Amino acid sequence: MPNLDRRTLAAGFLFGCGVAASMIDLFVFHLGLQWHHFYDLSTPEVALLADAFFHAFGWFITVWGLFLLADVRRRGGLLWVRWAGAVLVGIGVFQLLDGVFLHKVLRIHQIRYDVELWPYDLTWIGTALLAVVIGTLVARRAGRERPGAAADRPGGTDRGRATG
Amino acid sequence: MAADLGWEAFAILVVLLLVSAAIAQVAALRAAAPRVRWPWWRTLAWHAGLLCAGLALVGPLADAARSSFTAHMAGHLLLGMVAPLLLVLAAPVTLALRALPAPSARRLVRLLRTPFVRVLTHPVVAAALNAGGLWLLYTTDLYRLMHGSVLVHALVHAHVLLAGWVFTASVVGVDPDPHRSPVTVRATVLVLFVAAHSLLGKWLYVRPPAGVEQADARAGAQLMYYGGDVVDVTLMVLLLLGWYRATRPRTGLRTASAAPSATRGAASPLPRPSAPARRRTPTTR
Repeated sequence: MPNLDRRTLAAGFLFGCGVAASMIDLFVFHLGLQWHHFYDLSTPEVALLADAFFHAFGWFITVWGLFLLADVRRRGGLLWVRWAGAVLVGIGVFQLLDGVFLHKVLRIHQIRYDVELWPYDLTWIGTALLAVVIGTLVARRAGRERPGAAADRPGGTDRGRATG
Repeated sequence: MAADLGWEAFAILVVLLLVSAAIAQVAALRAAAPRVRWPWWRTLAWHAGLLCAGLALVGPLADAARSSFTAHMAGHLLLGMVAPLLLVLAAPVTLALRALPAPSARRLVRLLRTPFVRVLTHPVVAAALNAGGLWLLYTTDLYRLMHGSVLVHALVHAHVLLAGWVFTASVVGVDPDPHRSPVTVRATVLVLFVAAHSLLGKWLYVRPPAGVEQADARAGAQLMYYGGDVVDVTLMVLLLLGWYRATRPRTGLRTASAAPSATRGAASPLPRPSAPARRRTPTTR
């Protein structure tokens, strides 16, 4: 039995993480603002490996999240607001991971170069926390307004091997 | 003079092989025609795939690739990623099984079931052959050797096409495959392969093969990285589309109790066009 509510949350969370990892980084920071570089030449080689893995995994969970969303939708158990809350949480969690672990611990790259960094780091981590909090509130609110446990199990069958 | 002759011979051989492959597809379609409605886009995919391989191997792009790293990389994207994807989507084994007379079709199925093919088409082996070949080519002296010898050049390019083809088929293949790996294995291998590919892209950005200028290396490395991404994301979509179709909720008589068939379905995301072939070749399941 697929738990459609849990799958809704998973779909949103994976898509949010994936979007933060692949699309926001590429389209906003590389191509838009041009704060990031393809390779800043100071990144340690071990960190490059982690970066490559995050890159690949980021794209995969973006696509995976969308297919899970489509799956919940075709089974008729989709609450868009609950999904949107989970997307926000996903974006925030990945941004936290990126800002704390990748930037500071592994030092893969920084948010911007040749500037005082701490206002950027503070904004980065602050907005990440904000996204997690708002996303959680939105998802919980939408969860309370669900039409009861009946919506959880409309008699579908679990074939979701890829979610295990 | 003799060297030039070698390159000419290579070009002629490539054209002959590709034209034969195109003719073979048309002949197979005619042979299967009375029984089979073959989707037009699979035919298109086959010929477009051959065209991509041809563009990478002969003509202006191939000539430019002998002096420009960026042109070389454009050719390799076509030969090792785009052409394999198109050739896989063309479902050549399915078409062959429908076109061949029964005894030959049975021989082909027997061949596909041999241990050698089984090992070769396992996603882990196919990905290692594909990514390993690329790392060898660009981080050893092979890249320089390849431009000096037509034989090495031919072997490297044959490997790039075949390894790319086998890898793509092992991950998102639509042909009947008696040993298809579960979707979790294929997804994991695909993610690791994409990581290896993008890592190599960044590596080449600073450490290009000997004799490649910095600006050329950087343009080529970024082409490899972003161009590879486009094909890789397409592979991810196709892989998960297979999962999505295989796990569709079945309405009707045996909905809730159909667990065994669900397991089989999840492991074999065959799109609908090749389903009849599955029935015609009992050995594939």
